[in-house]
Amino acid sequence: MIRPPATADHPATDQIPVPPAPSAVSGGNGGADCPDSGEPNHLGVAGKVAKTATAHDAVWPGPVSARRSPAGETWQLWARRAGFALLAGGPAVFLAIFFVWPVATMVAKGFTSSGAWDWSGFAEMLAKPRTWRLIGRTVGQAAVATAICAAAAVPIASLLYRRSFPGRGFVRALLTVPFALPSVVVGLAFRALLGRGGPLGFLGIGDGFWAVLLALVFFNVGLMTRVVGTFWAALDPRPEQAARVLGAGPWRALATVTLPALTPALAAGGSLVFLFCATAFAPVLILGGSTYTTVETEIYLQTAQMLDLRSAAVLSVVQMAVVAVALWFGAAARRRRERALKLTGAGAGIARRRLARSGRRPARSPEPQPTWAVDWASWLVTALMAALIGLPLVNLVYRSLRTSAGLGLGNYLALGDESRAGLPYSLAQAAGRSVVIALLAGAMALALGLAAAVVLSRPRAKASWGRRAQDLFDSVLMAPLGVSAVTVGFGFLITLNRAPLDLRTSFWLIPLAQALVALPLVVRTVLPALRSIDPRLRQAAAVLGAPPWRVFSSIEAGLIRRPAVVAAAYAFAVSVGEFGATSFLARPDTTTLPVAIYKLLGRPGADNLGLALAGAVVLAVITALAMVLAETTWRRRTSQGLRP
Amino acid sequence: MQRSRKSSGASPPAAWAKPLAAALALAMATIALAACAETDRPGSRGSARTGGGAGSSARGEALETVTLVTHGSFNVSADVLAQFTAQTGLELEVLPADDAGAMVNQLILTKDAPLGDAVFGIDNTFASRAIAAGVLEAYKSPQAGPEQGEYAASQDAELTAVDFSDVCLNVDKRAVADGADLTFDDLTKPEFKDQLVVENPATSSPGLAFLLATIAAKGEDGYLDYWRQLKANGLKVVSGWNEAYYDEFSGPSSSGQRTLVVSYASSPPSEIPADAAEPATTAALDTCFRQVEYAGVLAGAANPEGARKLVDFFLGPEFQADMPGQMWVYPVKADIPLPQDWAEWAPLADRPWVVAPQDIAAGRDQWLSDFNDQILG
Repeated sequence: MIRPPATADHPATDQIPVPPAPSAVSGGNGGADCPDSGEPNHLGVAGKVAKTATAHDAVWPGPVSARRSPAGETWQLWARRAGFALLAGGPAVFLAIFFVWPVATMVAKGFTSSGAWDWSGFAEMLAKPRTWRLIGRTVGQAAVATAICAAAAVPIASLLYRRSFPGRGFVRALLTVPFALPSVVVGLAFRALLGRGGPLGFLGIGDGFWAVLLALVFFNVGLMTRVVGTFWAALDPRPEQAARVLGAGPWRALATVTLPALTPALAAGGSLVFLFCATAFAPVLILGGSTYTTVETEIYLQTAQMLDLRSAAVLSVVQMAVVAVALWFGAAARRRRERALKLTGAGAGIARRRLARSGRRPARSPEPQPTWAVDWASWLVTALMAALIGLPLVNLVYRSLRTSAGLGLGNYLALGDESRAGLPYSLAQAAGRSVVIALLAGAMALALGLAAAVVLSRPRAKASWGRRAQDLFDSVLMAPLGVSAVTVGFGFLITLNRAPLDLRTSFWLIPLAQALVALPLVVRTVLPALRSIDPRLRQAAAVLGAPPWRVFSSIEAGLIRRPAVVAAAYAFAVSVGEFGATSFLARPDTTTLPVAIYKLLGRPGADNLGLALAGAVVLAVITALAMVLAETTWRRRTSQGLRP
Repeated sequence: MQRSRKSSGASPPAAWAKPLAAALALAMATIALAACAETDRPGSRGSARTGGGAGSSARGEALETVTLVTHGSFNVSADVLAQFTAQTGLELEVLPADDAGAMVNQLILTKDAPLGDAVFGIDNTFASRAIAAGVLEAYKSPQAGPEQGEYAASQDAELTAVDFSDVCLNVDKRAVADGADLTFDDLTKPEFKDQLVVENPATSSPGLAFLLATIAAKGEDGYLDYWRQLKANGLKVVSGWNEAYYDEFSGPSSSGQRTLVVSYASSPPSEIPADAAEPATTAALDTCFRQVEYAGVLAGAANPEGARKLVDFFLGPEFQADMPGQMWVYPVKADIPLPQDWAEWAPLADRPWVVAPQDIAAGRDQWLSDFNDQILG
C-alpha cells in the first residue's frame, strides 16, 4: 500500500540497556551524543521479551505492595487491568473500525457470490498467465531493487559509519531525505528527469521497469544504509583485524569475515525494503505507464476500473501472503541478529555503556585502514547513489523554476491562484489543508501508537491466550503496510456510510485514513526505545509505590521523548504525503496537495506541469521542515541528561 | 488508572503534563469525530457552487443542495450554473470522479448509501452495468423529446441521453495527407509504424469506445488478431486521453511525435494554427464509435426531487447550448445551434460503428479482460 518513509531505527536491547537514541533521522549527528550502538529494530514483531524482567512489570497486573490491605489489593489489581485494557483498547478499537472492518468487508465482497462463499476466484486467477506475470514482475522488481540497495549499502555504510571525513554529516543527511519524501514528489521528480525533455530523456527509460526501479532504489537505499551502518558500527572489529593480520587482503577479509557478519542486518533491512518495494503504488502509477503494472496497481485497476472484486480480492490475498513472507523473513533475520550480537557484542557493549554513563562519547571502533581499491570502490558507489538522489531533486527544483517566460518564480506565484489550476481550489489552499489534516492524523497516530507501544513493550502475558492476543495485536498493527490503499479507501466508502458512523462527507475521513497509514510507523519507532529501557527502573518505581501512570510519566515518558518526537515527525510526513487512500476519499473540499498534484499531472499544458512541479517542491519542503524541526528539538534535548 | 494517595516523591508537573495533554487531545478528537458523524452539514460541503445569487436566497435561507456525481471532464459556464440556481432554488455540489468507468464502479460499490443525488456522464459503454446494478431510479423528464428514442439505453428510462460525440482516430494532416480517409486496415501498414497511440480501454472511455469500434469492424473473433497486428506495428497504449492527446500526439497543441491518436470528431476545430485558416488535424470518419452520455437520478438519493430538476436542466436550452464549448460534445437536442467552426471542421460520421447495448453488456468484461491479458500483457 502507501509507502511510508522508512521506519526509524533504534538501538534495541541487546541485553544491555542503552540510552534510547533515536538515530533514525539523526543524519550527521548520529554518533555525536547517542551511541549508534544497538541494531535497528524495525520489525520487532512479537518475540522480543524483556528477558531480564524478574518481577512483574509496572503496568501489567502484578504483585502489589505488601502495605496494602487485601481489599485494596484486589481493587488495585483490577484498576491496573482496566487501565491496561483501556490502553490496548484505544488502538484495538481504532484498528477494528477503521482497518479490519473496511478491508474485511471489501475482501469478503470478492469471495461471496449471491450470499454464499465462493473460492473459485483463486483457481481462475491463478490459472491466468497474466496473474503470474504480475506476481513475477512485482516480486522480481522488488527483489532487484532490494539487491541494488543491499549492494550499495555496504560500501556506503563503510564510509558513512566506519570512517570520518569532512562532509560526512551532509552525505548522511542527504541519504535520509528520500525516506520522508511523498511518493508523488518522487514519481514526478523522476518523470521530470527521465521523461521526454528531461536531462536524461535521451536514455529512453521514461516509463516502465527502469524508471520504477530507479525510484524504488532512490526511496530505499538510505534506509538500507542506515540499517547496515548502525549494525556495522556496533560490530566487533577485531575478527576483521585478525584476518588482515593473518594475511588476508582487504577484499578477502570483507568477503569471508565482514559480509557474513553483516548478513543478519542485510536480511533484516532487505526484508523491509522488499516490503516497501513490493507494495509501492504512486511510483508505479506515475512512472510505470499503462502497460507496466504490479500486483498493487492491478488491485487498483481491478477494483476501481473493472469492478472485478473477485480478482481484486484474490490479488489482495496474494499480496498479503508476499508481505507476510517478507515480514517473517525479517523477523527470523532479526532473531538471528540478536543472537549474533549476543555472541560478539557483549564485551564492547559493556564498555560502551560505561562510557555512556560517564557522559562521554562512546568508544568507536578503530578506523580500518582499507587499501585504495576498496576505498575507491566505496567512494564510487557513494558518489553514484548521491547522484541518484541529488539529481532528481535538483532537477525538480530547476524545472519548477522554468516558466514560459524563462527562469523565475512564476509557477510559485501561481500556487495561490484559484483559477490557474482548473481545479476548484488553489494549490496553496490544498497545501494548507494538507498540513491541517496531517497534523490531526499525526496526533491521532502518535496517541494511538504510543498506547500500542506501551502495551507491546510490557512483558509477555503468562496465559497463552494473553500471549496470543499480544501477538495478534502486534501483527494487526503492522498489517496496514501490506494492504492495498484502494482496498482501504473503498472499504471506507462501503462501511463507514451509516449512522452513527456516516463519515462519507465528513472532514475526518481523510485524517483517519492517514492516521491508519502512519500508525505502524509510530509503533515501530517508539517500541524499540521502550523495550530498551531497563525493566528494573519500572520495577523500582513500582516498588516505591508509583502507580502505573506515574511510572510511565516519570520514567518512560522522559526516556522516549526523543523517539516520540521523531515518530511524530514521521507520522506527519507520512500523512502529508499520503496519496493512495486519500485519492479515493478526497472530495473537492478535502483534496490534499499530493492528490491535487496528481490531478494536475492529468491536465494538459506546460503551465499545469510547472504548477505541479512547484507544488511538489512545496510538499517536499513541508516534509523536510517537519523532519528538521524534529531533529533540532532532539538536539536540544540531548543536553538535558535523560540517561538512566 | 488510579493515582495512589501514598505516592511518594514530588511529581514534576512537566513530566505528566505531556501524557495528560495527549489524552486530552485524543478525547477532544473523539468528541469532534462524534459530532461530525452526527451532523451532516450541507452548508460546509463541496466547493463548486452556484453561490447565493438569485432565487430563494433572497429570503436569507440556506439553499437546498443537490449533489452531482460526475467525471473529471464535467464543465459548465458559471452563468449557466447561476441560472440553474435561479430557476430551481437549488445549490449544485459537484463531486468529480476520475473517469466515467471508475465513476460507475464507485456508484455501484456505494449503492446502499449513494455519494450524491444525480449522476452525469455515464456513457453507453457503461450504461448497462449501472442499470443492471440498480444504482439508478427511473425518471422520464418532461423535457425529454423524440431524441431519447434514438439513444435509449434501456426500456425503463433509468438514463436520459444528454449529449453524444464520435470517438475517432485523429490524424496530423501535416504528416498524413489523406488522413480523413484512413481506415482500420491502413493502421497495420508499415508506413504507420510507431505512429499510433491509443488510450487503455480499461482506464479510459474513449479507449473503450475505440476498442468497441474495432470489435464492430473486425468481429468478436477477429479483433484480438487485429490488435496484435497493431501491437506489432508499434502501437502505444497510455492510460488516459490527456496523456495520449497532449503528450504523445504530434498536433499543434500537443508535444509528442505520433501522428495518429484516438480522440473525438470535435477535436480538430481546436487545432487551427495561428497562421492557418483550417485545422492541422482531421478525424478519420471511418473509424468512429458514437459515444452517448447520460444523466440519471441515483436510487436512494437524499434529494431525489432536486436530482430530477437537475436532469430537466441538463436537457434545457441553456445547458445544451453551453456543452459544445465546455465539454466538446454535441448536444442531444437537434435544434440547438452548434458553434460555427464545428459545422465546418467537426463533421459527424455518417455511419459510425455500432455495438448493440445488449452486446456491450454481455461482452464488455470479457473483451476488456482479454485485451488486458493478451494485448497489454
